[in-house]
Amino acid sequence: MGNQDIAADPLNKIWKFFTSVRLTVVLLLTLAVTSIIGTLIPQNEAPQAYLKAFGPFLYRFFDLLGFLDLYHSWWFQTLMLLLALNILVCSIDRLSATWRIIFPKRPKFNLARFRRLERKEEFTPNGSGEQLQTRYQTVVSDNFRYCRVEQTDSGYTVLGEKGRWTRIGVYVVHLSVICMLVGGVIGTRFGFEGFLSLAPGEASRQIQLHNRNQMLQLDFAIRCDDFKVSFYPNGAPEEFRSSLSIIEQDKVVKSQDIIVNDPLQYKGIRIFQSSYGPLPPRPQDVRMPNELTLVFTSKTTGMIYQKKAAIGQRIKIPENMGTFSVDEFKSSYDFRGQDLGATIVGTLHQNGGADVEVVLPVKFPSFDKMGPIFNQNRKDDVHISVSGIKAQPAEQRYYTGLQVSRDPGVWVVYTGFILIIIGCYITFFMSHRQVCVDVIESGPNCRVVVSGTANKNKLGNERKIKMLAQTLSEEKFGT
Amino acid sequence: MSGSLILSIVTFVYGLAGFLYVCAWIFRKQILGRFATWVALVGLIGNTAGILVRWIESYQLGIGHAPFSNLYESLVFFAWVIVLIYLIIERKIENRIIGAFTTPIACLVMAYASLKPGITSAIQPLIPALKSNWLIAHVITCFIGYAAFALAFGISGMYLIKKGRDDDPVNWVQIVKPVVLFVFAVLFSRVLFVSSWLFALLVAIPICLVFYGILLLARNLPAEAKAKLLDRFPEPRILDELGYQLILLGFLFLSIGIITGAVWANSAWGRYWGWDPKETWSLITWFVYATLLHARLMRGWHGKRIAFLSMIGFAAVLFTYFGVNLLPGLHSYGSF
Repeated sequence: MGNQDIAADPLNKIWKFFTSVRLTVVLLLTLAVTSIIGTLIPQNEAPQAYLKAFGPFLYRFFDLLGFLDLYHSWWFQTLMLLLALNILVCSIDRLSATWRIIFPKRPKFNLARFRRLERKEEFTPNGSGEQLQTRYQTVVSDNFRYCRVEQTDSGYTVLGEKGRWTRIGVYVVHLSVICMLVGGVIGTRFGFEGFLSLAPGEASRQIQLHNRNQMLQLDFAIRCDDFKVSFYPNGAPEEFRSSLSIIEQDKVVKSQDIIVNDPLQYKGIRIFQSSYGPLPPRPQDVRMPNELTLVFTSKTTGMIYQKKAAIGQRIKIPENMGTFSVDEFKSSYDFRGQDLGATIVGTLHQNGGADVEVVLPVKFPSFDKMGPIFNQNRKDDVHISVSGIKAQPAEQRYYTGLQVSRDPGVWVVYTGFILIIIGCYITFFMSHRQVCVDVIESGPNCRVVVSGTANKNKLGNERKIKMLAQTLSEEKFGT
Repeated sequence: MSGSLILSIVTFVYGLAGFLYVCAWIFRKQILGRFATWVALVGLIGNTAGILVRWIESYQLGIGHAPFSNLYESLVFFAWVIVLIYLIIERKIENRIIGAFTTPIACLVMAYASLKPGITSAIQPLIPALKSNWLIAHVITCFIGYAAFALAFGISGMYLIKKGRDDDPVNWVQIVKPVVLFVFAVLFSRVLFVSSWLFALLVAIPICLVFYGILLLARNLPAEAKAKLLDRFPEPRILDELGYQLILLGFLFLSIGIITGAVWANSAWGRYWGWDPKETWSLITWFVYATLLHARLMRGWHGKRIAFLSMIGFAAVLFTYFGVNLLPGLHSYGSF
């Protein structure tokens, strides 16, 4: 097969396209620029909110381009996929081409290249090159993992090398990015993220999925046994804590308190304390009043009398209209199928008449005007209402907001996290270094030239070569 | 002495150090430079003490937590890392002119923390989401990264000054430059100082004028004086490599910062990545610097182009840090 055939092969062309670093740069910058859009337009809001903010035309336009859920739009995902392919193809391409160059059986040193280097350290030691050889060899092999001596036309060189393997670092970084992307895909394919709000005492197995108008049925129910929130003196929340129970087949299989940053885990599903909110008070939460004010309106004189009373008290009504005993407090009162809310029930002891029950709903002060209509035994001389009721306010109750999620891909992503840290460290701060101690014999004396190469951090390498030369030149005074 | 008081004094110490570095550079006096180093070191010690005292004070208030929980505390730590890394560099490459470009950044950061209305220096109790050991790891790694990028920014600036003006003919770059400058000036005056876009536009005009005024002044400086100012600069080769090394350091720590943040988010909210604006912007910053690394390593970009990219990268860092407060999101506790 000739070269032309290879170039014409479409697969080969595609492969070539993905090996280009220009593509990497373009993809990275495109991802950077398009990501900005998603931070300017709030993501995944309700359509009404968008309509209000942008108007119908822009809303339709943004929706069409996927700007309202940009990071999950088909084109953003395609960009990510292209980046992944780019990384993968580049790495395979380069690694397969350079593997043998990176890991030869016997490291190669290019003497001519060392001699051409601009920066070299030179010194003239006392003594001949032969005497110094073993010493130089020890110093170099102390500092470099690999060391050998080669004869040259002018004497010999001590060659040292280390960190050849660090050339793999960049592939570790690339692999880590692939890991994170694959982990992300696993998470969205096989995991879920949802929300559940529970009032204390309530249990549920239905999860509202995020970003989708869908419910998810769990294999078990989550019950909130208790929820507490505490506040700092400045009003900021200090801690919110839910006591949860996991119920499977009517049996509690797990109970645990969760707070923010400390979730509950069951069968690969994690339940997080995410938010809380106020609940309207329940009837039983309305506290028994310790003092109330009753208003008696006399039909005959039109006078209004206010009297303080308490539950269980019996008070005298002016104008000799009898006495009234405050019997009980009901947080709710059913009146012909209607709940009247908090209600005082009392007995009116009429002067020269029967005792009749009186119902005084707090919310409806004129309710008792109809009292004589409902009860034939009631004289129509006074009507009673409750004007003030002093009670401890009901304790504010909260529902707990729980985030329920499952992400089987998280460990793949975490592997990527660890790999990228190790890979970046190797790639950035470790280098493949070679050193050449060139001993040039000239008569009884010799000249030593120390030079070195590094694939990274040339400045640091220069410093290290300088230090090595210093050690070598000092060595002559030692031993 | 209270932590905030110590930190206010440190602001002035850094200012003095910066002033001395500039004097040492302009008047070419070794002794001033050495003095500047000592002043910067005193500032760093004071800064450390300020952070530690704050830490202790928080425990005395009964709301003990590491002092990395709000904007003020993060800025103070930011300045600390900048000066620390700078002093290490100074020791390594034995050149003090870089100090004239970096210690003023630290001083500005500290001054911004204390002076900007709305940034409270009071020690606040931690909200539930912040009560995690990941907080310390996340903030420390992020700010080492940001500080390395800030220093790389300063060094890129030095590189451009040292290299001077290109003599190449006017091309699109020459036209784009002032526009980019103006856009950035508007953006950052809005993000950092003023509360309306219109006002930001007005503020940006004098900023650009001052910038070009200085540039014009510098260009018309007698060649002799210019040479005198620039000859003590490190060689361009060294500035280029140093800036690049700092970007490597910053990139590693930005990566670790994003990762610790992700692991933390996973333990707090059950997801390691949620595309909230702060997360997205940190990723954008990461993309920009990743582009820079690939351009340099694979396409051989060096010198000016890398210096400009490094500046754009730092703009992204600043936006990640401050600008995101203009956008809705979860990181609101770091806001003002």
